[in-house]
Amino acid sequence: MSTRATALVDRELRSPSYLQNGTDLRSWLLTTDHKRIGILYALSITFFFFLGGIAATLIRMDLVTPAADLLTNDQYNRAFTLHGIIMVWFFLVPSIPTTLGNFLLPLMLGTKDLAFPRLNLLSWYIFVVGGLLTLFALVVGGVDTGWTFYTPFSTLYSNSHVLLAAMGVFIVGFSSIATGVNFIATTHMLRAKGLTWMRLPLFAWAMYTTSLVMVLATPVLSMSLLLVTAERAFGLPIFDPRAGGDPLLFQHLFWFYSHPAVYIMVLPAFGVVSEIITCEARRRIFGYQFMVYAMVVIAVIGFMVWGHHMFVSGQSAFANLAFSFLSFVIAVPSAIKVFNWTGTLYRGQIRFSAPMLYALGFVGLFTIGGLTGLFLASVPLDVHLTDTYFVVAHFHYIMVGGSVSAFFGGLHFWWPKITGRLYSERLAQFAALSMFFGFNFTFFPQFVMGWMGMPRRYHVYPPEFQPWHVMSSVGAAVLAFAYAWPLFYLGWSLFKGEKAPPNPHGATGLEWQTRSPPPKENFDSTPEVTAGPYKYHPRESTPDEVEQAQKPQEP
Amino acid sequence: MLPEASTLAPHIDHLLLLLVGLSAVIICVVSVLIFGFAIRYRRGSKARRGRLPDWIARDVELGWTAATLFVALFLFWFAASMETSQYEVPADAMEVHVVAKQWMWKIEHPNGQREINALHVPVGVPVRLVMTSQDVIHSFFVPAFRIKQDVLPGRYTETWFNATKPGTYHLFCAEYCGTDHSKMTGGIVVMPKQDYARWSRGVNTHGTLAGQGARLFRQLGCTGCHGESARVRAPSLAGIFGRKQPMSDGGFKTVDEAYLHDSILRPQKDVVAGYKPVMPSYQGIASEDDVVRLIAYLKSPNGGAVE
Repeated sequence: MSTRATALVDRELRSPSYLQNGTDLRSWLLTTDHKRIGILYALSITFFFFLGGIAATLIRMDLVTPAADLLTNDQYNRAFTLHGIIMVWFFLVPSIPTTLGNFLLPLMLGTKDLAFPRLNLLSWYIFVVGGLLTLFALVVGGVDTGWTFYTPFSTLYSNSHVLLAAMGVFIVGFSSIATGVNFIATTHMLRAKGLTWMRLPLFAWAMYTTSLVMVLATPVLSMSLLLVTAERAFGLPIFDPRAGGDPLLFQHLFWFYSHPAVYIMVLPAFGVVSEIITCEARRRIFGYQFMVYAMVVIAVIGFMVWGHHMFVSGQSAFANLAFSFLSFVIAVPSAIKVFNWTGTLYRGQIRFSAPMLYALGFVGLFTIGGLTGLFLASVPLDVHLTDTYFVVAHFHYIMVGGSVSAFFGGLHFWWPKITGRLYSERLAQFAALSMFFGFNFTFFPQFVMGWMGMPRRYHVYPPEFQPWHVMSSVGAAVLAFAYAWPLFYLGWSLFKGEKAPPNPHGATGLEWQTRSPPPKENFDSTPEVTAGPYKYHPRESTPDEVEQAQKPQEP
Repeated sequence: MLPEASTLAPHIDHLLLLLVGLSAVIICVVSVLIFGFAIRYRRGSKARRGRLPDWIARDVELGWTAATLFVALFLFWFAASMETSQYEVPADAMEVHVVAKQWMWKIEHPNGQREINALHVPVGVPVRLVMTSQDVIHSFFVPAFRIKQDVLPGRYTETWFNATKPGTYHLFCAEYCGTDHSKMTGGIVVMPKQDYARWSRGVNTHGTLAGQGARLFRQLGCTGCHGESARVRAPSLAGIFGRKQPMSDGGFKTVDEAYLHDSILRPQKDVVAGYKPVMPSYQGIASEDDVVRLIAYLKSPNGGAVE
């Protein structure tokens, strides 16, 4: 046995991995280890993902025919509301930050844990309480307002459990805020020696910008839900026009959160995809600094475009044009990111591993989603397309095609680090490809349908739309398979998978410089950083070398 | 596919084609590059690698950022100028009132003709829709005309169209409004002018909208205060529509549909200067349809001048 291997064995004897460090329930439920909390979150959001998926399956099965033959109108309305609420607040928003972010951020920053480990555990409990309350609302009969809770329908006319569901979402908001605060503090205070801002991995930048949006936007959602509660439960006239309230006020408040929320889902995806593409192409990310600035710009302008959800709501024509302008502007940094990922492939050594297939799939789906966003940013065209299936397709491309592909990509990429096991590459590649095809098959027909005028949230519809709905439902079956299939081979790898070495992809980044799975304290010796990220090619300069070269030489 | 049945539709379709074309070009460029690089630079291929020339990193990046910004601004300008050119409603537009409620469309023509979940219009005549809702937010959507406008409670919104092809087209409610949202549909029947004239003379026994309003004005007791010989001092309503009225809070309000609507249902909101806020609310007494009729009456040439 070589001396190096002996040293490894010795170290393992000294400190067990985070998974072996206590195995009873108590050691998991009271843990303050960011890695274990990441796992707790992963289990919870997987549960919600499949719950939301069941609702989606019901919806797509029902829409195969134009008549109401599987569900009643009320059941259908409750099904799409459940699908929306669960998927947005209990899966998409928390997905990457609370699982991969929780697990990886301290590792990438070279620190032992997040700045506030107990707050981190608390945020998971808050998440669970919010989730249980929403589930309870579901068990006692459900909600029929749509995930948007538009007033005055939600406050005065809905006969369903609006208050319970709104409270669930209200509570889960605190979990978001806590996570955001924790990530911001950690990134500011706990970076390893030598890890300057311009040396941060893009995933860490993504977590940081996402956290800013979460901390600044979520309170607005909480307030608007409290106002809904105030009107519904106590009769305070806030949105009721008969008492002098403003029915549009809610939409302004709601989208002030919910548009930035799209970036809460997409910015983390940018981070994940950047890490995977640069590693699997063995090339430093093209234009690192532009990638960072683009994320910051998106996070900032993301707060100024909410009005593009309201072009036909009756807001002023001037507001429409202003919001349209800002919506076109925000397309620019998003496009830059797509170009830079493409540029990263140039002169690379590209390997088509499963994570890479997910990442490239992300780029394709995000491009389509982004381009169709331009259609909706154009006021006169949006007037026709809004509230139709075109919008449904557009946001699924961004939020599901984009964000969920990136989540699956990241899950596979860091799976060896998280579990210490390797999965079957071939089965995973198959899943990634089926997801890409299933997704396009499901949602591309919806663009056409939307253009032809099929309104969203319709349970019964004119028969001329049926062929498109059938196509979409068949695609959804493929997609459902692609989402469920990884459960089997990833689950199998937990028990039978080959043991993972510390750095199976040969990646840069501090998280790969510790064991797989990492010990409780993350690193056996405190890491120090001396160069910029992503030095994959021996003759390629890292960002700070470029900066050095651009500085005037001192005599 | 979707018919182009209004003067607006061809414009929208041009914009759509422009964007589809542009998207196709961008998707082609991105996928050719991705597939091209993926094949040429796959691991193990013999393609030349090595350090990127510095100009690539800098100039290419600046170049495509500037190009993207330019395209974005061009698209904004193109779409915005189309929007502003369509914004003005033609002065000779025929006015139709729409009251939405869970889950039906109630339509009132200027001549008093009423219909539910159907709207008959003549071809080639601009139609202005003045809409309000009795309960939640609905949205008036006619795909063949490429128009959509939310219909709000407590507020009037408007949109307009000029139909170009006779036929029957879908009318949808596009804003989710509760249990039977997907059944809140109807048909827009576009007819040649003579047929429309025949149709509108047809079943109507109610008299014009303004005439119905005049009758209501008396029935609801409005004359008691607003009439010439009334004992309570209230402003005369003769010729009031479109006038600028001084308010008791020192400001001015132009008397439009929204102002009249609020003055009937929430009279304490804006009180005319020099008068006491003594008018009772007609909330629950006058329905949204009634308010539409009252407004039509007050807008008519001798509106408000009852004796």
